[in-house]
Amino acid sequence: MLVARVEVSRGSLSLLVELAAAAGQVVVLLGPNGAGKSTTLRALAGLTPLTAGRIALDGQVLDDVGAGVFVPPERRPIGLVHQDPLLFPHLSVRDNVAFGVRARGADRAQARRVADGWLERMRLSELATVRPSALSGGQAQQVALARALAAGPHLLLLDEPLAALDVSTRSVVRTQLREHLTSFGGPSVLVTHDPLDALVLADQLVVVEAGRVVQAGPPSEVARQPHTDFVARLVGLNLYRGTCDSTGTVQLDGGGVLHAVASSAGAGPALVALRPGAVALHSSRPEGSPRNVWSGTVAGLELLGDRVRVAVEGSPSVLADVTAAAVADLGLRTGLGVWLSVKANDLEVYRSAPAPR
Amino acid sequence: MSRHDRLGRSRARSAPPWSLGIPAALALIFLLLPLTALVLRAPWAAMPRLLSEPTVRDALRLSLFTASLATVVATVLGVPLAWVLARIEFPGRSLARALVILPLVLPPVVGGVALLLALGRRGVVGGLLYDWTGWSLPFSTAGVVVAETFVAMPFLVVTVEGALRGFDQRYEEAGAMLGAGRLTVLRRVTLPMLAPSLAAGAVLCFARALGEFGATITFAGNAPGRTQTMPLAVYLALEDDPDAAIALSLVLLVVCVGVLLLLRERWLRRDLLG
Amino acid sequence: MTRVRVRGAAVALTCIALAACSSTSSGGATGGPVGGSHAITVYAASSLKDVFTLLGKNFSAANPGTTVTFSFGASSTLGQQLAQGAPADVFASASNNTMQAAVTAGAVSSFSVFATNVLEVATPPDNPGQVQALSDLARAGVTVAVCQPAVPCGAAATQLFAKAGLTVHPVSQEVDVKAVLTKVTLGEVDAGVVYVTDVLAAGTKVHGVLIPADTNVSTSYPIGVVTASKEQTTAAAFVAYVLSPAGSAALTAAGFGPA
Repeated sequence: MLVARVEVSRGSLSLLVELAAAAGQVVVLLGPNGAGKSTTLRALAGLTPLTAGRIALDGQVLDDVGAGVFVPPERRPIGLVHQDPLLFPHLSVRDNVAFGVRARGADRAQARRVADGWLERMRLSELATVRPSALSGGQAQQVALARALAAGPHLLLLDEPLAALDVSTRSVVRTQLREHLTSFGGPSVLVTHDPLDALVLADQLVVVEAGRVVQAGPPSEVARQPHTDFVARLVGLNLYRGTCDSTGTVQLDGGGVLHAVASSAGAGPALVALRPGAVALHSSRPEGSPRNVWSGTVAGLELLGDRVRVAVEGSPSVLADVTAAAVADLGLRTGLGVWLSVKANDLEVYRSAPAPR
Repeated sequence: MSRHDRLGRSRARSAPPWSLGIPAALALIFLLLPLTALVLRAPWAAMPRLLSEPTVRDALRLSLFTASLATVVATVLGVPLAWVLARIEFPGRSLARALVILPLVLPPVVGGVALLLALGRRGVVGGLLYDWTGWSLPFSTAGVVVAETFVAMPFLVVTVEGALRGFDQRYEEAGAMLGAGRLTVLRRVTLPMLAPSLAAGAVLCFARALGEFGATITFAGNAPGRTQTMPLAVYLALEDDPDAAIALSLVLLVVCVGVLLLLRERWLRRDLLG
Repeated sequence: MTRVRVRGAAVALTCIALAACSSTSSGGATGGPVGGSHAITVYAASSLKDVFTLLGKNFSAANPGTTVTFSFGASSTLGQQLAQGAPADVFASASNNTMQAAVTAGAVSSFSVFATNVLEVATPPDNPGQVQALSDLARAGVTVAVCQPAVPCGAAATQLFAKAGLTVHPVSQEVDVKAVLTKVTLGEVDAGVVYVTDVLAAGTKVHGVLIPADTNVSTSYPIGVVTASKEQTTAAAFVAYVLSPAGSAALTAAGFGPA
């Protein structure tokens, strides 16, 4: 069990992140570049000193600025995997994996046996005698993980482990990584800026922006009810801030009104999430059931696979997904006036509560 | 056939432009000419007789022994120094760095005089040593090693320090995260990865020690078998037997070329760093 | 980076300029010692350093317009350099052998002996080795420096020990007699075999132990004009001066023996 309060102030960086991860749980730190995610990881590893705060793992205090306790990185039972595998180039794969085992006191034969065990577990046995320079990116990353795990850590830290891989390798390795993280008994903290990593790998998602935690929760919840524009953009949702009344009518801060289903949340400041796929486009004002109807001007078109994302400016502005055929039918082009309609059901209204813990 | 390949690069890449090629050729000739002259004017007929002289064997044996020992001492002392200079911030670090380079720019004879004043029989430290033990460094083989180490160690320190400073410390962090303490990381990660630079530094050090003359003759003196190294033997042979001097010079040349060739193999194995 | 390179180039150029300026240009003008400026280079044995420097000054003073530059070293080394064509005008060596070698090499055509010298033992002023006589040099624990056998003073030392029936193991065979003297004055050795003139010149820096005349070895000092010299007249005039009564007086005062 990891309990950490990480505060690092260095130059322009001001970081304050509180984290907890239970045994077997995978916590993913997600956020834009420069948010402080890697710094948090380095602080947990002991490679960056804390300005204030406390880190405890399985009850053992690793770092406590107030009490003056600091356990150096080599004595922390923590494994770290980088986006750059950093395999020792002068050692074979087997000796690389055995490195941590030997460092903790085993003799060479014993260490090699443990290493072979891990290589087999991760289906890398045929690479045992190969030098790191002969490995592919994906293989090297796997070996780096095996090396970290072989040393028997109680906490696993992964810093953008898939970032250096090409797209096709990434999905394969991501799946394998999920397997290994699941079978790893201790907590894992993984840092990424790729939302797909977060959605696939996380048990708990912690969003970090500008050195602060802005949202935390299970990935499904975060994906459905993002609290920040960054997350909304990542998961592809329209996000609005406003004030909701008891009937479900939301006065949007940026202008406009949206009518949602009256929720149990009650009146007060609220966030509204809207899937682009739930927005319908019309060339003239539509009649009928949708409670939300307004007009706007097409600002841009973007092809996404089998559909087109249309950016429409209006009160409010919105991203709408339509089929390519619809684009042709409606004669969509920049500057064209269009009408938008959204069903009340399709609007997700929720509180912008501060991130728990 | 097009002069450019598929990617548009000029095929005639092996011929340098005249403005570079001519000076390069001149430089090569300048460096090779004295060596070629040495080989051409060597007294080949008298060579067997000259080389069988015991003085030649003694001088060669002594030179190789002292230069090797000097390199070992320079490595044992120099690598830790290089590590401290590269990794530890301490007040006066830039001064320390300048002092380390000093023997490189100091005329060797000046170095020899300085060594005498420090470690000679009446020297600052040497005097104490003599009073306690009745033994002094000058005129001993140990004195030769000291003189050679003094002039050659900076080569090793500068090479290794440069390599350490350019070394990707994330590998050392990786080692630490796997549970290895600082010394273990140095021993099992940093030094093996620095092996090519270490080797280069050691070769430079050995070559400099092998060729050292001024400091050796000033500090250790000249006694055949004990302190008469090859360079000294060559210089002294010039007095009355130039043919012997040439023969000795050739031997030294062959030894140096041999050492360089032997270690070039290791330099070429740069697959260590991918 | 560029700034350092420019500075480095400036330093290099300054050094070259200074070197060029400080090199003495050889006269090249013909004519007698008087009238026009004449410069000669004298190659002389190390043991002649002090007395010849004095003689050079006197000669220049007596012959306005002449300058005498010296190059002191081991006679054999100098002889070698002359054989290779070094630009000297006069050669004064510390042994007949080296002069003979120069003649054989064609560097010198004729020579005359102008002085002799005998050996003496020099010790540091406090005489740490308690050296009282030549025989003490063979005593265990006494460190002795001599010249290397290929140079005149070294050959003389070897002869000396043979004549005295002593087995001496020197700790060092230095390149020339001045180097031996340096080791003695620095206190690095207990004793060194040098010339009497060296002991005299060193004054209080060394303590001399005389060698009895019947055991001692003497060396002759020949001097001659270099055949290829471009200043034949001035060179001959200098040689004449050395051989003159004035020259002899200076040599005797320095401790040299008669020719």
